[in-house]
Amino acid sequence: MRSDSIAPRFGLRLGLLGGAALIAVALFFVLGVPAGAWAFALKFRVGKVVALILVAFAISASTQLFHVTTRNQILTPAIMGFDALYLMIQTGLVYSIGGMATLSIDPVAKFSAEVVAMMVFSTGLFLWLFTAKSRDLHLLVLVGIIFGALFRSLSNFAARMIDPNDFVVVQGEMFARFNAVNLDLLWISILLCAGTVPILWGMRHQFDVLSLGRETAINLGLRYKRVMLISFATIGLLVSVSTALVGPITFFGLLVTHLAYRFLPGARFGVTLIATTLVAIVTLVGGQAIFEHVLGFKGTLSVVIDMLGGLVFLTLLLKGAAK
Amino acid sequence: MIRINGVSHQIAGMPILSDVTLTLPKGGITALIGPNGAGKSTLLSLMARLTRIQSGSISFDDANVAETPTQELAKRLSILRQDNVLTARLTVQDLVGFGRYPHHKGRPGPNDVKLVNDALEAMALTPLRTRFLDELSGGQRQRALVAMVLAQDTDYVLLDEPLNNLDMRHARQMMIRLQTAARTQGKSFVVVIHDINFAAAYADRIVALKDGRVLATGTPAEIVTPAMLKDIFDLDIVVQQIAGHPFALHQIAPPSTQ
Ligand SMILES: Nc1ncnc2c1ncn2[C@@H]1O[C@H](COP(=O)(O)OP(=O)(O)OP(=O)(O)O)[C@@H](O)[C@H]1O
Ligand SMILES: [Mg+2]
Repeated sequence: MRSDSIAPRFGLRLGLLGGAALIAVALFFVLGVPAGAWAFALKFRVGKVVALILVAFAISASTQLFHVTTRNQILTPAIMGFDALYLMIQTGLVYSIGGMATLSIDPVAKFSAEVVAMMVFSTGLFLWLFTAKSRDLHLLVLVGIIFGALFRSLSNFAARMIDPNDFVVVQGEMFARFNAVNLDLLWISILLCAGTVPILWGMRHQFDVLSLGRETAINLGLRYKRVMLISFATIGLLVSVSTALVGPITFFGLLVTHLAYRFLPGARFGVTLIATTLVAIVTLVGGQAIFEHVLGFKGTLSVVIDMLGGLVFLTLLLKGAAK
Repeated sequence: MIRINGVSHQIAGMPILSDVTLTLPKGGITALIGPNGAGKSTLLSLMARLTRIQSGSISFDDANVAETPTQELAKRLSILRQDNVLTARLTVQDLVGFGRYPHHKGRPGPNDVKLVNDALEAMALTPLRTRFLDELSGGQRQRALVAMVLAQDTDYVLLDEPLNNLDMRHARQMMIRLQTAARTQGKSFVVVIHDINFAAAYADRIVALKDGRVLATGTPAEIVTPAMLKDIFDLDIVVQQIAGHPFALHQIAPPSTQ
């Protein structure tokens, strides 16, 4: 039962990751600051780094929760197109009330409504898809990918349906953009993410039990339906936050969770979540520091991340198929 | 005492269990036997609340399965299922440790550690305790799953084919271990067993299920007879007495019918 205490088994590795994350954040601040523009750059970069850290957390937590609740490690909310579902909700709003009207709504109020809609949708969809008795994993992967494609094309279609002037309002949201973070929503995003921490940490043992599968979890006295519902609603919220802040990134969650799973084999949910978030911060903040501030490539990091994550996805699929 | 009262179960309109009524006294080993598809696993799933009861009622002592909070039930009864898919990457000791979850809810104390060690020892898994489950043989994995249920330390234990994949030595050891726990700690086991001779040698009572109905209930001496076995399995089986136990020579057809 050693693994119940974090320190002896994974303390060193978490420390290393924490150090790497700190270095990444430091690099983000100091690299490529124009001479004499320190004060300005610093102020500008604080907001961005906070947003990137929130995204790192939101994607890590939602992906890991998804893996635990669905008992697969290949699909993620992003691969299943949940970010596209969020965009669809957003486009739907613009379509129904018009672009100008949308712009005049308080962004925080609008975002809150979108988050609630997203939580309801994702809970419903997840319950429908995943609470039936154990499904074949390959079927699930297939269904997941089809859903992803469906949501993406629906949100594209909806975007085309609306007035060209309105389209400008949504267009910017439809691509990953680490360099143009949506800072209007920073405060509400901080609050929302902070709100999930007591759930994620307080229920970490329950998520461990959940990962053993429905029957074993019930045998151990877990209130299975309740935990599933909370988990799905939380995933919906976290996907909304990350998509609203930087847009959709399909394979990022897969990449960072699998790096963490490899780095801390057999670790429990709570410890793994810390590790995943740190890996995500290193990748996102460190990557952005190098790509944007040193190399001056704007908007390429998301492509690189998606490419690496896509490779992980392919490897997992091929390995799964070989079994 | 386990009370199963008028339990019927249907899947897609097909009757799986029909009006099953059973009273099993507290303490001892009850063997549940019957042909493939008789409804043994279904009955255990209903007893362990893994499947919702459609009609009838099941209770363990004063705890009605449908009404007692699931956390409470987890301290009173545990189940080993017939098919277990464990995708989580876990070590043996972590898996067995989960058996203590209903009692400590994530914060194991010294008593939990002790019970996990005892369960590992009882299933001869101590040397393998830090292995990952996907690095075990089929029989070793089965023993790990049983160890988890033993660590849960409940008064009632439902085991669906616990002898699956076990070699002769470990199968015998497991039955002896169950018998000891039943006698010294007053535990009640309901065990699905296909090898009728294990049932005859270790069970205090045998319940025979066929086509979703209780066909017979009795002591091994009453159930393990050629006439009974013919009724249950539609098979001619020679039964002999060896060391005070009835023994069914079920592997071979009786000479006369060959
Ligand atoms: N999900 C299901 N859908 C349809 N029929 C089912 C389902 N699950 C079980 N059954 C049927 O219910 C009956 C009882 O199954 P059960 O698993 O309880 O049998 P069993 O006695 O445990 O058999 P075995 O000895 O093979 O384990 C079988 O006829 C089986 O085909
Ligand atoms: Mg069965």
